[in-house]
Amino acid sequence: MGEAMKQMTRPVLYAAAAAAMALTGFASPAFAQRDPAYAAARNAGQIGEKMDGYLGIVVAETEALRRIVNDINIKRRAVYSEKAQAASATLEEYAFAAGCQAIAKTAPGERYQVPDGSWQTRGAGAPLRDPRCP
Amino acid sequence: MKSSELTVPSVTATYPPMGWRGSTNGWVARLAASIVVSLALGGCITVNAPEEPIVIELNVNIRQEVIYRLAKDAGNTIEENEDIF
Repeated sequence: MGEAMKQMTRPVLYAAAAAAMALTGFASPAFAQRDPAYAAARNAGQIGEKMDGYLGIVVAETEALRRIVNDINIKRRAVYSEKAQAASATLEEYAFAAGCQAIAKTAPGERYQVPDGSWQTRGAGAPLRDPRCP
Repeated sequence: MKSSELTVPSVTATYPPMGWRGSTNGWVARLAASIVVSLALGGCITVNAPEEPIVIELNVNIRQEVIYRLAKDAGNTIEENEDIF
């Protein structure tokens, strides 16, 4: 009788533990949206995606734009650094690979840097990227 | 007298020709082989070696290969950090 109870309760305990782990696991990554000021500047074409994986200011620099770009680029650099180490690549390599992806993901109307260094507005077609991008 | 005359010439008459015949065949075979080898080598040498700097091409390939390897990882990173991309 005691043995039977043990066998019954053990799966229940495991299930409870798994459910708790799943709940905390799903709760931790915060899929936050873009900061409204960044989203507005990006949509307005004042900020663009550079080939090196960081943001750049497309128009005449202002204090507000510089603050937005610097803040995000510092955060990006921290993420790149961590991920590059995990992937046993250099910070520059990882940032460049992310730049390829970030430019590919730009929406029509957003600005991005082309291989010659100039700024382009993303059209409906594929963006002009470095030949090394996949 | 009679026996010595018979045995000495018989030995000299049979032995040298066999040796000669064998040695001439060896010479012909070696000569033919050396001609064939020299002809084959001559054919090989005419192939031109590439003069372009291979090292630079390798550098480009390695870098591109790394970016290809990181592409999926980088794409996931962007999706996980939507607020800063």
